[in-house]
Amino acid sequence: MAADLDHQCDLVVTALEAVADRLAEEKSTLTELDSAIGDADHGANMNRGFQAALEQVSESDADDPADLVKTIGVALVSEVGGASGPLYGGSIMSASQELEGGITADSSVAFAETYLETVESRGKASVGDKTMIDALTPAVHTYKKSIEVDDTEPLEALAKAVDAARRGVEFTTPIRAKKGRASYLGWRSVGHQDPGATSTFMILEELLAVAAEELDGDLEGEVDAEADVDPAELEGESDESGPTGETGGGGSEAESPSEGDD
Amino acid sequence: MVGIVVVSHSAKAAEGICEIAREMGGGGGLEPVGGDPDGGIGTSPDPIGEAIEAASDGDGVVVLVDLGSAVMNAELAIEMAGVDDVVIADAPVLEGALNAAVAATSPSATVETVRESAEEARDVSKV
Repeated sequence: MAADLDHQCDLVVTALEAVADRLAEEKSTLTELDSAIGDADHGANMNRGFQAALEQVSESDADDPADLVKTIGVALVSEVGGASGPLYGGSIMSASQELEGGITADSSVAFAETYLETVESRGKASVGDKTMIDALTPAVHTYKKSIEVDDTEPLEALAKAVDAARRGVEFTTPIRAKKGRASYLGWRSVGHQDPGATSTFMILEELLAVAAEELDGDLEGEVDAEADVDPAELEGESDESGPTGETGGGGSEAESPSEGDD
Repeated sequence: MVGIVVVSHSAKAAEGICEIAREMGGGGGLEPVGGDPDGGIGTSPDPIGEAIEAASDGDGVVVLVDLGSAVMNAELAIEMAGVDDVVIADAPVLEGALNAAVAATSPSATVETVRESAEEARDVSKV
């Protein structure tokens, strides 16, 4: 068990590194999206936060994935700023307790659900408000249903979730923002992709890549990997797609919440 | 006395709002806070938590906020700070801070009376 948990901790670190690298690469893309309908800081905020998380995790002596994931959340809360800090970081902190005892298919579903619930309660946004919720909700719902109802292997479930998130990001483009800084633009927010939904998708896509590497296409057992992955970043869920991440448009930042961020 | 924290995306705005409020409220227990972790425009929970602790002398704290992420970061700061009886007033940040500062000078002031005074500012017509 201990060896297992050590391995899961390594996976959490691997996933965090993948996400941090991706967000560093996409910094200007996210900022561009956020310039269109927000306050143009989403790329910089997410990059700053995840670099800080890398640093704090490297200094951590946590030997269980739940504690390690919590460390990531704490770092994001302190360093991201704006609405994305409490939404991403606070939700990871809350959801991390679901991983106590290790990452399994079941605990990763619980992590994803708690993460979504925390984002909803803190941000008070709903599907259709043009926020990260529009990518997160379909991803979490798809992941849960795939695992619990369809008995899908975790890697495939995660792939489906990433795909659902991608479609959620696309859905944000043609709708009007009702939450976040973008909502101040009213109808002018239509036609721009939401930055928060976009960063949520990018993170999930990286979790999938790490899970695929770990599970090597074959499920079973090592569900942990997947779960791990998830935790490490904010949500454990999502669906597939590979790296492409692109989407483009602009958005509002990960903040669905009530307003925009800063 | 009941402490007051003013949270704005701009540290300068928070400071200016406190300056205005101090003129009316005697100056005690008003703590401005603002800016993101890089010092730019934004809000962040850690400095908000420090401001709450600085404003608290045991009688509770009322927090005034400007925009949405200030609300979320203030909520997180309250959860993480070791101070009891901290509430966020649903009020315009400047007028609410002014009302709160005046209400806090009452000998019978409580967190609730100060919050209510701040929230009355929502109904004030200017013209």
